[in-house]
Amino acid sequence: MRFVYDKARNWVTPHMLVAFALFGSLPLWVEGVGLYSYIGVEVLIWAIFALGFNLLLGYTGLPSFGHGAFLGVGGYAFGWFQFHLVPNLWLALVFAILMTALLGGLAALLVSHRRGIYFGLLTLAIGQVFFFVASKWTSLTGGEDGMLNIKRLPADFGIVSFSLQDNISLYIFVFGVFVVTVLVLWRLTHSPFGKVIRAIKQNEMRVGFLGYNVFFYKWAVFTISCAVAGLAGGLFAMAQEGAYVQVMSLQWSGIVVLMTLVGGGMVSFWGAVIGTVVFFLARDLLGTYTETWLLWYGLMFMLLVMFKPEGIAGMWQDLVAARGRRRRVAASRAALAGE
Amino acid sequence: MALFEARHLHKRFGDHVVLEEINLTFEANALSGIMGPNGAGKTTCFNVLTGRYKPDRGRVLFDGRDITGLPPRRIARLGISRSFQVMSVFNEYSALENVLLAVPEVRRLGLNVVHDLPKDELCVGKAAAVLAKVGLAGKETAMASDLSYGQRRALEIGIALAAEPCLLFLDEPTAGLGAEATGELAEMVLRLKQDVTIVIIEHDMRFLFGLADHISVIHWGQVIAQGTPDDLKANKWVQASNLGKLA
Repeated sequence: MRFVYDKARNWVTPHMLVAFALFGSLPLWVEGVGLYSYIGVEVLIWAIFALGFNLLLGYTGLPSFGHGAFLGVGGYAFGWFQFHLVPNLWLALVFAILMTALLGGLAALLVSHRRGIYFGLLTLAIGQVFFFVASKWTSLTGGEDGMLNIKRLPADFGIVSFSLQDNISLYIFVFGVFVVTVLVLWRLTHSPFGKVIRAIKQNEMRVGFLGYNVFFYKWAVFTISCAVAGLAGGLFAMAQEGAYVQVMSLQWSGIVVLMTLVGGGMVSFWGAVIGTVVFFLARDLLGTYTETWLLWYGLMFMLLVMFKPEGIAGMWQDLVAARGRRRRVAASRAALAGE
Repeated sequence: MALFEARHLHKRFGDHVVLEEINLTFEANALSGIMGPNGAGKTTCFNVLTGRYKPDRGRVLFDGRDITGLPPRRIARLGISRSFQVMSVFNEYSALENVLLAVPEVRRLGLNVVHDLPKDELCVGKAAAVLAKVGLAGKETAMASDLSYGQRRALEIGIALAAEPCLLFLDEPTAGLGAEATGELAEMVLRLKQDVTIVIIEHDMRFLFGLADHISVIHWGQVIAQGTPDDLKANKWVQASNLGKLA
């Protein structure tokens, strides 16, 4: 599978503008198409999570099957901070990021010597450890009941402060975080650092023989990816007004893998976002017809893996390439006819 | 004193002794060859010399420094670079990006997240010069996976060369090449020889005899003969084996 090298080494690209315009204007049209603004909140939070996850899967070629753990940790950290320290949105989010980066950094020490299936199994085991600790440590996490009554803290900008109580203002806030995340991750993946991690995906051994410290790069990617998961987890706890252990389960860790693969994270930065949108649309649209919508989603996933493992972004890239070919053929025909 | 020395190297995998009492010296500014039949332990020997495997016994010295058991990245940073018999190019990258990654300045930038590499004239210039040296000028933007087999073999060497080594190991560079491509490769290696010390593993004897200043023959995990190509042509064992007939 070839990762199309985006010639856009710019800070902002046309795809980015399309995505920002689409999501930025969502509150204006979402009810017109029969949806509701909370789905926008969910999509963007999971898109942030999936973008961070795709640093590992799509960019470095490291399949993590326990990433939900860090989404969960971010939620608990966000809640714990506002209950026990300061009820400040920014500090609570930073705390969620730092806690997941810390725990993720420790987990990364264990997994960064591994690759492929061994890496996957080890992350799966680590994810399960986090899940069971969170379910049993009821004094901290609330166990099966969850950590309840987490507040949607106001976004305080010094002079002005915005309440995020209603879903539209929360959506606008999450959209702002999404924009920042996209800009940062785009920069990261299109820097020399991004080039090295993509080389590790292609041929880890050779990268080591070129003098790069492969272990350190893998450690850094895992830690960054966990930190992004922590950010998403904090936002998700705010959106749900609670932090629940379910997101840390194996099933939810698997769902982010499905989202990323269906969307085409293996070949495109935007695959993770596309996959998230498709998943939530499938849940809401298929879900109105049948309770077994996950079955149909799973079937779609199987068909994709069999026939188009590059996902939806891969299909789009094929379309664009085919159009380019047709145009070139037409142009050369026209040139021949002119002669 | 020799640039690179291996003393009393032993390596075994389980019960299988692959290298036994290997002693090799590679002089600076020369082209040394290692030859031997399939399964003789040539590639294992390379892997021990470049840090992929640790030897069970013995020492590896580079420029007077003991590098035994150092990881590949440390050895690479000392100025030792290698190519692989099994093609190890980055298929999702263009030819230019492949060599760019190996340029030492790029490696030092590795953790930089704001640097605009495509606009870095020094690094891109160096990478383009390396591509020209291995005969891939004009192929800069071609994907490595779209190159022909011979071009990919050249790129394989280009990656090793872009690391600006003072010692370059080439593992069976002619593997899978036709007669014409092998001839072009020999010319390229002759040009490279002027700037860098080279060690080549090869079982194309004609190729090696035409290029090398010094050759070591490895068989059954031991060095069974050493010397200049002329010495070896006179060597009884080499004459008796099918290795010498080609020469």
